[in-house]
Amino acid sequence: MTLESLEQIKGRAQAAVPGAKIDIIPNTGPSQQSSLLIDNEHALAVARFLRIDPALQLDFCSNVTGVDWLERTLKKKVKVKKVVDGEEREVDETTEEKIPGYLEAVYHLYSMTHKHGLVVIRMRTADRADDARLPSLTPIWRSAEFQEREIFDLYGIRFDGHPDLRRILMWDEFQDYPMRKDYREPDDYEYEPTPHDAVLARAREHYAPRPHLDGAENITPQQ
Amino acid sequence: MSATIQTLAPAAEQPRQLPPQMTSRLEGELLEVSMGPQHPSTHGVFRMNVALEGEIVRKLKPVFGYLHRNHEKIGENTSYLGSMPYTDRLDYFCSMTNNWAYALSVEKLAGIAVPARAEYLRVILAELTRLQNHASLLGFLLSDMDAWGTPLMYAFREREKILDLFESLSGSRMMCDYMRFGGCRVDAGPDWMERAKKLVDAFPRFLDEFEALILSNEVVIARTQEVGKLSANLAINAGITGPMLRACGVNYDVRKVDGYGFYPRFKFRVPLGEHGDTYDRLMMRALEMRESVGILKQAFEQVPVGPVMNPKVKIRAFRPPAGEAYGRIEAPKGELGFYLISNGGTNPYRYRVRPTSFINLTVLEDLCLGHTVADVMVILGSVDIVMGEVDR
Amino acid sequence: MIGAGILSGMAVTLRNFVGSYFEKERLITVQYPEERSPLPENYRNFPFLIYDTDDPEAGLRCVACKICEKECPPQCIYIIKSEDKKPDYMGKPQFYPAVFDIDISVCMSCQICVEVCPFEAIKMDKVYELSRRERFDALLQRKRELSKSNTYYHSICPTEAAEVDAKLAEAAAKKKPASAASAAGAAPATSQGSATSV
Repeated sequence: MTLESLEQIKGRAQAAVPGAKIDIIPNTGPSQQSSLLIDNEHALAVARFLRIDPALQLDFCSNVTGVDWLERTLKKKVKVKKVVDGEEREVDETTEEKIPGYLEAVYHLYSMTHKHGLVVIRMRTADRADDARLPSLTPIWRSAEFQEREIFDLYGIRFDGHPDLRRILMWDEFQDYPMRKDYREPDDYEYEPTPHDAVLARAREHYAPRPHLDGAENITPQQ
Repeated sequence: MSATIQTLAPAAEQPRQLPPQMTSRLEGELLEVSMGPQHPSTHGVFRMNVALEGEIVRKLKPVFGYLHRNHEKIGENTSYLGSMPYTDRLDYFCSMTNNWAYALSVEKLAGIAVPARAEYLRVILAELTRLQNHASLLGFLLSDMDAWGTPLMYAFREREKILDLFESLSGSRMMCDYMRFGGCRVDAGPDWMERAKKLVDAFPRFLDEFEALILSNEVVIARTQEVGKLSANLAINAGITGPMLRACGVNYDVRKVDGYGFYPRFKFRVPLGEHGDTYDRLMMRALEMRESVGILKQAFEQVPVGPVMNPKVKIRAFRPPAGEAYGRIEAPKGELGFYLISNGGTNPYRYRVRPTSFINLTVLEDLCLGHTVADVMVILGSVDIVMGEVDR
Repeated sequence: MIGAGILSGMAVTLRNFVGSYFEKERLITVQYPEERSPLPENYRNFPFLIYDTDDPEAGLRCVACKICEKECPPQCIYIIKSEDKKPDYMGKPQFYPAVFDIDISVCMSCQICVEVCPFEAIKMDKVYELSRRERFDALLQRKRELSKSNTYYHSICPTEAAEVDAKLAEAAAKKKPASAASAAGAAPATSQGSATSV
């Protein structure tokens, strides 16, 4: 059974779950794997529809991952009417659009009953705050159980409705979220024989500076 | 406790009263044992907190993260090519298939074509990896069952021959770093092909011996049949893939479903189990080894001569176009996928590994409940985990 | 009959045990260090720098372009370019690395440095008995230890070394008529041996 197109899936999901806001995020690269962006209140209902609908039956949640998007500025070329040399003309102007940062959870779904293909759904948080929350899709697909715990551990997104949300890869008392783009590693410095770039900068902070000798062989530990 | 000696009347008249401290039921008291990270049978640094009532497991919580190296963050700070040697170290038994999964995802991301000879070489190396992985798994499972290493050493004897092949082809036994985006790094000469053919021709004889050693052994049968039964619905729901899923009877093999590489050109069957218990998972691996030998024989006949690398791909400053891709293959342990988001730069924006063993561990608690501690090790051995992949 | 499986398993082990006295492939133990298994030609362990001729300073092929340092995934190479230029074995003035360190406790033998080097200056060695008694400084290999001659490279990897020599000779031959033409005023062809600073 071949998979329907994303537009058809979006139409039927919006018909089945009234009030759901689903957008198609196009994928610009050669892989053409576009995804559906689902709003957070209706995510559970849309996921249930995707799973039990007889044509789709997406019962295999293959991969659940988190993505950290920092604040971005997109430059767009817009045609604007401006007065140039006394006459009104359409001029190309580049406008900058600031997209605020957010965290995202991406789910890759397949179907084992129909053996058909990839449907990607995404959920976004409002911002990158420390208590970002998203609904958990573990009641629908149990394979999300450990993977959502990993997203909580590494990105800090709390999943409402998850049966056992605690850290999985880091130890329980760990404070920060390591996979975020603005994560700063703790200063547990150890002697590094071949430092360069950022590591060299840190090495210089810890050792007695010798500006005239810049080689690694000339760095001695400062006890 | 009174100092007087009780004269016991015959049993019919007076039932025996045991003093309170000798009652055999600890009501509401479960013994919590940490089958700790340092354990010879946990396939790496893996910890299970089990709550026992006597010998029966009532609760099981897996704890991992002891080998967590944040491979995904390293991937964000390294170029696409530079991440290839790191993928060797994920599931360190099967470095060739890890490399292939990553190369496949990048080729999907950037739209790169692969020459025919390279595709055949990839299939040959992936099936050789599958052979040595399944043989080692059976060996490890048997030594967890206290076979004291004999099946393991026989399996390792064959594994060494396959690793010698990998060494003469790619330069390293386990950390091969062999695939590149658009093909393979070096070509295999005709003498390598001869040696590989000889190994594959001799392999069924080893498999006959190995199966005679292991699979009809009464101890193995008693310890693995009806132990750790997994139902098909739970398996699909929990995202289990690989031989563990097929042991429950679900016919889902990524080689047949996706048809990546040149797998549609080969005729092979997908073995399916009936009961979903540990013995079926064992049998899956034994049968898949036979199918792999069949695929290898066909591949050796069909492999063409030609280039092994797409000449248009740059080695340095490789910048795939912006976008994202999810590529997956049937690794020996299950479905291994890589999800890459590119923003046009030399490093990926998001680099994610879909770890097979991590997700296969979701149902470990369900499988072990109601079984004894000895069964826990057998069940864990049949799940086939490698901590490099679980923790990344 | 109960126990048939165990008996057939024991027959297998007996066959292997007795067979190990007669068949060579059933006895697989190598008595290291008295005997060592032969290494295939492609085997790679840690990198080393090549110098032509007999002079490790003047014949060093490396021109400190720092491409291997940039591409190395665990960043175990540390290079400091020299301030001056020294003539190489062909007589052309080249930069050279004043400091070239590889930390072999960090190096993961991926040989990406070999793949990206445009001057065939760094190759993979086969020595694996490199244990030391201290951790950090003892495992740091400096330029002196890393430089090995081209004849050594021929002895460990004959076919590969022959290919590399052929490639370099071809590049040198392409440059010679070009430089003769440039003496007559034509534009020189860019080739591998040219010292472009990167």
